[in-house]
Amino acid sequence: MTVTQTATLMGVDAAATRRRTRTTGGLLLWIGEHALLVALATLFLFPVVFVLLTSLMNGDQTLTASLWPNPFTGENYARAFTDAPLAQWFGNSLLYAVLATVFMLLSSVPAAYALAKIRFRGSNALFLAVIVAMLLPPQVTVVPLYVMWSQLGLTGTLWPLILPNLLGDAFSVFLLRQFFLTIPTEYADAARIDGAGEFAVLWRVMLPMARPGIAAAGIFLFFRSWNDYFGPLLYTSENPAAWPVAYGLATFRGSHGTDWGITMAMTLIVTIPIVIVFFFAQRAFVEGVTLTGVKG
Amino acid sequence: MTAVTQTPGRTARSARPGAPRSRTARKNGWIALAFTAPTIAGLLVFFVYPFVANIFYSFTRFNLVSPPEWIGLRNYVYLFTQDPLVVQAALNTLWFVVFLVPIRIITALCIAGLLVRAKRASGVWRTIFYLPSLVPPVASVVAFVFLFNPGTGPVNQVLKLFGIDGPLWFNDPSWAKPSLVVLGVWVMGDIMIIFLASLLDVPTEQYEAASLDGANGVQKVRYVTLPALAPVLLFALITGIIAALQYFTEAAVASGVASGQATVGGGTGTSMGYPENSLLTYTMWLYVRGFANYQLGYAAALAVVLFVVAGIFMLLLLRRMNAFTPEGAR
Repeated sequence: MTVTQTATLMGVDAAATRRRTRTTGGLLLWIGEHALLVALATLFLFPVVFVLLTSLMNGDQTLTASLWPNPFTGENYARAFTDAPLAQWFGNSLLYAVLATVFMLLSSVPAAYALAKIRFRGSNALFLAVIVAMLLPPQVTVVPLYVMWSQLGLTGTLWPLILPNLLGDAFSVFLLRQFFLTIPTEYADAARIDGAGEFAVLWRVMLPMARPGIAAAGIFLFFRSWNDYFGPLLYTSENPAAWPVAYGLATFRGSHGTDWGITMAMTLIVTIPIVIVFFFAQRAFVEGVTLTGVKG
Repeated sequence: MTAVTQTPGRTARSARPGAPRSRTARKNGWIALAFTAPTIAGLLVFFVYPFVANIFYSFTRFNLVSPPEWIGLRNYVYLFTQDPLVVQAALNTLWFVVFLVPIRIITALCIAGLLVRAKRASGVWRTIFYLPSLVPPVASVVAFVFLFNPGTGPVNQVLKLFGIDGPLWFNDPSWAKPSLVVLGVWVMGDIMIIFLASLLDVPTEQYEAASLDGANGVQKVRYVTLPALAPVLLFALITGIIAALQYFTEAAVASGVASGQATVGGGTGTSMGYPENSLLTYTMWLYVRGFANYQLGYAAALAVVLFVVAGIFMLLLLRRMNAFTPEGAR
C-alpha cells in the first residue's frame, strides 16, 4: 500500500467518523466508547499509582491501611540501596544485558542477512532450525546445558546466559531476517553489479538501511536479559554476588518481614531503565520507518 | 534488475544471487557459510546436543555428582504412576493454558478495537495500555502481590469502599491463579499492539462495502474484522499456548513473595507453589525435582514429556508459518 493510498483511506475514514458522530446514535456510541476507555485506563494506571504512593510512605505507614503518604518521604529509595546490594545487582544486570546484546548482534546480524538476502543450499533448513530453536521451551534442554556449564565451572556466574549469544540467538536471527526481507534486494544487487563483495554489501548497503531493525532486535534482547528470572535462578541462585537486579528483587524481603515501602521503591527502580530505553527505542523505530522509505 | 538484463552474454538469471551451478552460487555458498557458521554452531551446541542428551538423561538416574546410571524406563513409570505432585502441577499449567491465554487475547482484542476508534490523543491511550507489558515480570509480580495483599493492599481497601470484602488473593489457593490472570491481563499490551496494527491494516473499503450491503456493526465485526484478523489471532493463540506451557516466572515469584518466606540464598523449593501448591506449575515442578532435589534424570524425563506436548503446538505453528511466508518473499 502506498503512502497516498493510505492517506486517502485515512481521509475517507475520518469523514466517515464525522458522519457517524453527527447522528445522536453516533454521539452516544462515542460517549460510551470513551467512558469505557477512561474506565479501563484508570484500572490500568491503578497499579502504577499505588506502587508509587507506597514507595513514598515511611516504614510505619506502609504497615497501615492508609493509601496516601503522610508525610511524603524519599527514604525508601535511599534504603533500597543500603538495605540490599542494589548497586551490585544493577552492575550485574548491566553486564548481562549489554554483553548479551553486543554478542548477539555480532553473531546474528550476518546470519540473518545471509538467510534473507543470499541464496544458498540449506538456507530453508537452517531457517526452519532457527524457528524450532526459537519456539522450543528452554526447559526441554535445561538439564544437559546445566551439566555442561557446571563441567566448565561456570555455574554461579552469569556467563552461561551471556556466552551463548556469541553463537547466534534464534529469536533475534528470526526478527532480523524478517527485517532484512523488507529491504528491497535491488539495493544489494546494484552494489553487487558495481563489484561489491557480500561483506561490503552487508556492511555498506544493508546495515545502514537495517538500523531500525537492528535497534529493535538489540532492544528486545536487552529487555529479555534485564528481565530474565529463570536463567539467574538456575545458574546464580547460590552465589548472591552474581545476582542481577530482577532476581535480587524477587528474593528481597527486608530485615523484618516484607517491607513494602522499600520493595515498591525497588520495583520502580528496576523498571525505570526499561522505560528509558523504550522511549529511546521509540525514536529509533520512527526513524527506521522513514529511513527504509518504501514499506509494504 | 534492469541493469542486469542490459548486459549481453550473461543471462539475468545467472547474475542473480543463487543461480544454480554457477560460480556465483558456489561463492554464495561459502559466504553464506561464513555468515551463518556461528549460528549453526550455536544450534548444534545449545539445541541439538542438549536435546539428544536430555533424552539420554531421561533414562538414567543422575545427581550431577556421580555419573549417570542407566535405569531404563523407570523415570517414566514413576512420572506416570507414582509422582505425588506431577498431576497437580500439570493441571495447574493446563489451567493457565485454558484460562490465561484466551482471557488475555480477548481483552487485548477488545482494547485494540476501542483504540482503533479513538482518534483523539491515540498515542496517549496506546501508551497507557502498552507500557505495563514492558515492566519486568518480576517487578510486576512483586507489585501485584503488594497491591492484592489482604492486609494493607490497595485493591481490598478500594473494594471495601464499595462494601465488598475482598478475597485473600495470592494467599488463597482458589484465588492465586485468578490473581495471576489479572496480572496477565494488565500486561497484555504486547499482543494488543499486534492486534492494533492488524486492525489498522484492514482496508476501509471493506467496511464501506459491508455498509452498502446493509451490514450493522456486529455483522461488520463478524464478517470483515474477524476474518482479516484470523491469522494474527491464531498466531497469538498458539504462541500463547506454548508460552503458558512453560509458565514459570510469574508463578514462582508470586508464590515466593506471597509466602513471605522465600529464603535469601538457596531461594528454591520451600515456597514454590504456595499457597498449597496452587501455583505449582509443571515447569516449576521440573525445576524443583532437577535443581532443588538434584534428580536430573527425572527432570529430563519431565522435560521430554513437556517437549511432546509443546511439540504438537510447534508443529501447528510451523504449518501456519509455511502458509504465510511463501518462498517468493525474497
